[in-house]
Amino acid sequence: MSESPQRADGDSRAPALDLAGLTKRFGATTAVNGIDLHMPRGQLLALLGPNGAGKTTTIELCEGFLRPDAGTVRVLGLDPIASGAALRPLIGVMPQGGGAYPGIGCAEMLRLVASCGANPLDVDWLLDILGLGACGRTPFKRLSGGQQQRLSLACAIVNRPELVFLDEPTAGMDPQARRLVWELLAALRADGVSVLLTTHLMEEAETLADHVVIIDNGDIVASGSPTALTSGDPENTQMRFRARAGLDTDLLAAALPEGYGVRETSPGSYRVDGSVDPQVISAVTAWCAQQGVLAEQLQVGKRDLEDVFLELTGRELRT
Amino acid sequence: MTSPRFAPGTFAPAPGRGSIARMLFTHARAETTLTLRHGEQILLTLLIPLALLVGLTLLDVLPMGDLLAADGTTVAKIDWVTPRILALAVMSSAFTGQAISLGFDRRYGVFKRLAATALPRWTLVTGRIVAALVVVVAQVVVLGGVAALLGWQPELSGVLMAVLLLVVGTVCFGALGVLLGGALRAEIVLALANIVWFMLLLAGGILLAPAALPDALAVVVRLLPSGALAEGLRAALVDGATAWTELGVLAAWGVAAGALATRTTKLS
Repeated sequence: MSESPQRADGDSRAPALDLAGLTKRFGATTAVNGIDLHMPRGQLLALLGPNGAGKTTTIELCEGFLRPDAGTVRVLGLDPIASGAALRPLIGVMPQGGGAYPGIGCAEMLRLVASCGANPLDVDWLLDILGLGACGRTPFKRLSGGQQQRLSLACAIVNRPELVFLDEPTAGMDPQARRLVWELLAALRADGVSVLLTTHLMEEAETLADHVVIIDNGDIVASGSPTALTSGDPENTQMRFRARAGLDTDLLAAALPEGYGVRETSPGSYRVDGSVDPQVISAVTAWCAQQGVLAEQLQVGKRDLEDVFLELTGRELRT
Repeated sequence: MTSPRFAPGTFAPAPGRGSIARMLFTHARAETTLTLRHGEQILLTLLIPLALLVGLTLLDVLPMGDLLAADGTTVAKIDWVTPRILALAVMSSAFTGQAISLGFDRRYGVFKRLAATALPRWTLVTGRIVAALVVVVAQVVVLGGVAALLGWQPELSGVLMAVLLLVVGTVCFGALGVLLGGALRAEIVLALANIVWFMLLLAGGILLAPAALPDALAVVVRLLPSGALAEGLRAALVDGATAWTELGVLAAWGVAAGALATRTTKLS
C-alpha cells in the first residue's frame, strides 16, 4: 500500500485506529485472526476478552512492537512499523506490568519519560494527583503493585498524547485508586484524547467506554456501545433474586408461562430469563411463598455486560 | 462524569518530540546513576579491578618475563599492571555490566517502555554508551588515583593514545555487551557475560600478556578485543608508543558487533 504524504503530527482526519484483516500467529497458535476494527478519534474503546484472547497482541500490533503476519494497521493514519518514529511521539503506552528500571526512583522514571516529549504535563503535579507525591524517591521495585500501575499510567499520559493504549490500567489497584483512574480516563476522553484500554472489569467498560469490543480466540465476537450490547432483544429482560440455595429451578420454571428459563447462577442467586412482566414477578414470589422461602433483593433489568461477555466467551475457566 | 479534580483541557493533546540532546542527557544520566547505585555493578566495575591492582602490584603471582620496556629498561610492576587493570575495568563495565543490565531491563519491560516513547531507537543505545563512558571515566579516576599512590608513573607522551584506546575500547565492548544482552534471556546473559569476562581475564590477554604465551596463542590473543585493549594501553602508557593496530582491532570488533546487534536486539 502506498503511503500518502503525511504531516509530522499524523493525519488529523485519519481515525485513531483502522485495522483490516489483522492477523498474528505465534508458531501454530493464531493469536489474532483477521480482525477488522475502526475507532474514530476522541473515543474510549474497551477491549474485553478472557486471558489469552488476543488483547495484548492486538495492542502490541498497534504500538508497532509486533509485525502483523497479514492485514494492515493504521494508527492515526500511520503504519506503526514503517512510520514508527513519526507515530511514537503521538501515542502513550501503558504496558502490562513492569516498564521501569527496578532501582529507579518513581519521580526520576517519570521525568525520564517526560524528557522525551515536547510539552509534558507537570511531573510533580501528575505524581501528586495520582497519589505518588510521597514516593518520589522510592525505587520502583519497592512500590506496591497499585503504585507501580499508577506510575506506569503516568508515563503513558505525561507527554499529552493524541492516543493512549492502556493494557489493564486498573489491574491490582484498590477501589479508591480505581475510581481515581476512572475519573482520569473520563477527563482524558473529555479533553479529546482517544483511549484504547483492555480490562477484565465489566463495570469499567460499562461506565467509561463509548464502544466495547469483545474478542475471543483472536476473533471479534461482539462490538458495539455498552447499551447496544446489553439491550439486545427487548424481550430478553431478566429478573434476579436471592433465596435459600438449592431451590428446584425446574419446578419454578413449570410454574411460569411457557418460554421462561430459570437458573441458579451461584448458590442462592437465581435468574429468570424472558420477558419479565408484573404477572411473572408475582408468579415467582407466589411460588417462593408456597415453598416457605422469602425472595430477597429482587431486581428486574436488562442483562449486564458481564452476562453478555460470559454468553459469548463461555463460562469455562481459561487456562 | 464530572471531574472536579481535572480542569477541562488539562490533557488536551499536545504531542511532540522533545529535544534530542535533552533526551540523551536524561537517559544517560539515569543509566549512569543506576549503575553507580547498583551494588553488584560496583563490585564488578571497581572493587574487583581495585583488588587485582593492589594484589598484583604487591604480590608476586604473575609471570615476570616481560617486565621490560621497548627500550630495554626494566618496568616497575605498578606500571605494568595498571594499563592491564584499566583494560579489565573497561571490559567489566562496558561489556559485562552493560550486557547484564540490558538483559534485565528487557526482562522488566524498561527497554520496551523507552522504545514506546519519542526517544529515537538509536538514542536508546547511545544513551547507554554515553553512560558507559561516564562510568569508565570514574573507574579511570579511582583506579588511576590508587595506582598513583602505589607509585604509578605513566609515560605522559602516551596519554592521548591511551584516552583514544579507552574511548574506542568502551564503545567496542559496549557494542559487544548490547549484542549479548539484547538477544538472549536475562539468566543466560548473566551466566554468559560472567563466563566471558572470566575467560578473557585469564586467557584473553589481560592478566597474561601475549608475550608470556606460546606464539600461536599470542597471535589469537592480540586479535581479541581484551588483548588488543590491554596491549594497546601497555604500549601507550609504558612505552609512549602509538597503537594503531590495536585501535583498528577494537574498531573492527565494535563495528561488527554493532552491525550484528542492530539485527538481533529484541525489545523484550
